[in-house]
Amino acid sequence: MNWTAIWVTFKLASLTAGALVVIGLPIAYWVSFSRWRWKFFIQSIVALPLVLPPTVLGFYILVAIGPHSPIGQLYSDLVGHPLPFTFEGLLFASILYSLPFAVQPFAAAFEQVDRKLIEASWTLGVSRLGTFFKLVLPLSKAGILTGMVLSFAHTLGEFGVVLMVGGNIEGVTRTVSIDIYDEVQALNYAGAAKTALLLLVVSYGTLVLVYAINRKVWAVWPQK
Amino acid sequence: MAAKMIIDLTKTFPGRPPIRVRLQYPIETSAIMILFGPSGSGKTTVLRSVAGLEWPEQGTIQFSSSTWLDTAGGVRVAPQARQIGYMAQDYALFPTHTVAGNIAYGLGKLAAFDRKKRVDEMLELFQLHGLGGVRPRELSGGQQQRVALARAVASRPQLLLLDEPLSALDAPTRLQLRGELRSLLKQLAIPSIIVTHDWAETLTLGDAMAVMSGGAVLQTGTPQDVFSRPANVEVARVVGVETVAQGSIVEVREELATVQVGAVSLTAIATPELDSDVFVCIRAEDVTLELAGSVETSARNHLQGTVKAITSLGALAQVTILCGFPLTAVITRSALNELGLTLGTTVTARFKAGSVHLIPRR
Repeated sequence: MNWTAIWVTFKLASLTAGALVVIGLPIAYWVSFSRWRWKFFIQSIVALPLVLPPTVLGFYILVAIGPHSPIGQLYSDLVGHPLPFTFEGLLFASILYSLPFAVQPFAAAFEQVDRKLIEASWTLGVSRLGTFFKLVLPLSKAGILTGMVLSFAHTLGEFGVVLMVGGNIEGVTRTVSIDIYDEVQALNYAGAAKTALLLLVVSYGTLVLVYAINRKVWAVWPQK
Repeated sequence: MAAKMIIDLTKTFPGRPPIRVRLQYPIETSAIMILFGPSGSGKTTVLRSVAGLEWPEQGTIQFSSSTWLDTAGGVRVAPQARQIGYMAQDYALFPTHTVAGNIAYGLGKLAAFDRKKRVDEMLELFQLHGLGGVRPRELSGGQQQRVALARAVASRPQLLLLDEPLSALDAPTRLQLRGELRSLLKQLAIPSIIVTHDWAETLTLGDAMAVMSGGAVLQTGTPQDVFSRPANVEVARVVGVETVAQGSIVEVREELATVQVGAVSLTAIATPELDSDVFVCIRAEDVTLELAGSVETSARNHLQGTVKAITSLGALAQVTILCGFPLTAVITRSALNELGLTLGTTVTARFKAGSVHLIPRR
């Protein structure tokens, strides 16, 4: 097994899931609480990676972060090297690619929170931000865990976007799914099978986790 | 000049008649204002607007010297900055927090020691000792109500807003808590606004009331005044109790109470927790009228009096007779004609003991 690829993949998935908590929570909060009438345009943009072919998404990201774009130029001016075909570039792409897998469970959880509880918190003098951390977040923990696990699992298996934006650089951007593809191209089915099995087990494990979280665990294990 | 509460607002919800409310009354410590009306009358919207949870399209809300809302002047004070206690109809207790956690929730500005002390005080005052570590869902309805009230008053708000505080309880608990709530509120000495559709609650709790219907205030006054002297037919219909008189229980025997009202005595069903001073409430539908000098009936109360007023209500007529106190009956127009009732006619009013509702009067 290619342990370097496995390490890169898990590092990428963990950082993506972590970054999506930071980026996804405010977006999800806005999506569930905003009363803006054109909100659905933003909701559609957030959900776009669900339906867009990964190669199309990868292509646009590649162009967007390339040396000829303002973002790409700014990045290479600041850091000293261009963003495509680096781990950072791949992370950026993964965050965009997995955005709906985090934002949608977060937003669904926020929408489940009884507005009367939020109002009660406001009348008790607690600010909107304070209410979010003291009340909304604890009430949404199952949805937030689901979003984290799903975006982690989704990043583990990404292929098209990685190939477009990250390329296939050993130890930097070669992830497990690309490694499997390479093994099959080289007719090394035994190597591919081992890595594929690992990915299958991990994916199944994460889904078991998601369903376990959402089965109202706390009805079974009362918390003290 | 005395401190005033001024509520003047317009709020529209799609598909419903607009709510246009003007209400102004002096704020006195521990005075309880009742917003009374049927569901859909707009009373909850008024309460939520005062809390800052609803934003009227137009209007002003002033509490004493602070302006909470002035749409013309662009003033919109957030609910957090109003220093109010608000209790929603279903209490909205936080399931993620314990009883003590719920009560302490709004006390973030206090130092840990003071906060703990305040929570203990509240647990004591609201008879929740030993329940501080329990989650709200493990409590009975009455206990939940007390936790919600404790949470609302823990930060010593300048105004307390209660939305149907007793309606989520079962009938026996509601009866018991009605009296308790009044003495608690008086003890706390916080001016309060209570929304309710229950006339018995209004009489027990209220120092003043505003009757609402169809999004407007129809009448204001003390509960006894409004109930016994409704300003018009609409108010009479909304409040549903036409006769309210002050009385005192002189005797209780075999679960029947003898109540002295002025010069006459009435028979009512006795309820154990009553003091001697009561309001006697009789719904006009429960009173029958007949010409004086008729036979015995099963009705325990028969009072002779003279007709003082007759108001037409379409197919019905409302007849007020003087029989030691003003008593109102609703009869059909044809009965009115058959009996030949006019002002000054002597009649006997009959009603069963079960129709006499006794409400404690403090």
